[in-house]
Amino acid sequence: MGAQGHDAEDVGIAAGAAQAGDRPVAGPSRGPRLGPPLVEYLLRLGDDRLILGHRLSEWCGHGPILEEDIALANFALDLIGQAASLLRLAGAVEGAGRDEDALAYFRDGVQFRNSLLVEQPRGDFGDTIVRQFLFDAYSVLLWEALLGAPHEGLAAIAAKAIKEDRYHLRHSSEWVVRLGDGTAESQARVQGSLDRLWRYTGELFEADAIDQAVAAQGIAVDHRALKARWDQLVDEVLARATLVRPADGPMQRGGRTGRHTEHLGHLLATMQSVARAHPGARW
Amino acid sequence: MNTARAWEVLGTVPDPEVPVISVVELGIVREVMVDAEGAVEVVITPTYSGCPAMFEIEKDVRHALEAAGASTVTVRTVLSPAWTTDWIPASAREKLRAYGIAPPGPADRGGLVSLVRARPPVACPWCGSTQTTLQSEFGSTACKAIHVCGSCRQPFDEFKAI
Repeated sequence: MGAQGHDAEDVGIAAGAAQAGDRPVAGPSRGPRLGPPLVEYLLRLGDDRLILGHRLSEWCGHGPILEEDIALANFALDLIGQAASLLRLAGAVEGAGRDEDALAYFRDGVQFRNSLLVEQPRGDFGDTIVRQFLFDAYSVLLWEALLGAPHEGLAAIAAKAIKEDRYHLRHSSEWVVRLGDGTAESQARVQGSLDRLWRYTGELFEADAIDQAVAAQGIAVDHRALKARWDQLVDEVLARATLVRPADGPMQRGGRTGRHTEHLGHLLATMQSVARAHPGARW
Repeated sequence: MNTARAWEVLGTVPDPEVPVISVVELGIVREVMVDAEGAVEVVITPTYSGCPAMFEIEKDVRHALEAAGASTVTVRTVLSPAWTTDWIPASAREKLRAYGIAPPGPADRGGLVSLVRARPPVACPWCGSTQTTLQSEFGSTACKAIHVCGSCRQPFDEFKAI
């Protein structure tokens, strides 16, 4: 991912942020112990974008049309860039000498904190677009909520990323409409994508002990309000796309505490192979 | 080396991907400080989070200032305030247009989904016609989109407004 020469003071670790809330929080019983809340929180944000960015990069050279090949590679570039900033900040807050490369390439699956949605296989173009739309809508609203976070480093990343993600959302939502309100074949396929991926959307809006601990530090996102706005936005686009919103059945969860689907391990094996075969390599 | 001279030198460093404008005109040089010994500190900000040209830009900035006599050069990257195409001055926009890149419109601060919004027309940098069609929202670099002119039939890049 490449260090860009940030010093500790650049990432804006708010003075006085270290409080009781900074102590590690116990994970679910039998689950892994989680690290300091702010570090965990930043890893969740960073890992979502790193893993989704990698999934999108798998399309490079394989897009259905040239324009979309370029678009998906651009999405990937933005998301991996955002991940680099977030993981750099996580490493600085952690203070154990890990930079964004150490965090991206030298953690194992159980140490990743991304949501299950982003690690699902890219599938066909419809699967990729539907997943992207569901994530983009969430991401833009989340950044909006974090713009005013009383943490200089995180607020700066939010202000930067929201511009990129708004552009992504515009593109992905238009494709959802184009494919949904398209041919019988395209509609049936993206409805299938939506039905399969829906079970992974609940996890995006769950608030746990980590969220409560960072909220106590002022980084408070109202998950219920976020979900309500996401519902509204998603409903509007699905209606225009003549797609049926799936019912909120049982939701899959676990990614935020390191319990992943089998797909993450395969992704990491590819993503981390060069860095692990040649640790510290420079070119 | 003083601050004014350092800015002047930076004004000659072209953007590696859009070499018709300088890194100063692009708006990514945010601050320049020069101390009594001629040590220069330059603060830059990326256009996009994943802009791969940042390393190149940092190197070019360093080399240009060293060649102009700076004793040491430190380049620092900041994210805030977030870069916007609104920082590109009118003179640089004209250079972009003459180079064949439609300059960015005002940065978009509108709604979340475009389904209910019409995009403002983008004028062809070659013939000036606004009978143009968006061909691809993404182009050869993170900062550009591709259009085709319906009047002169030329494809052209647009500098995306963000």
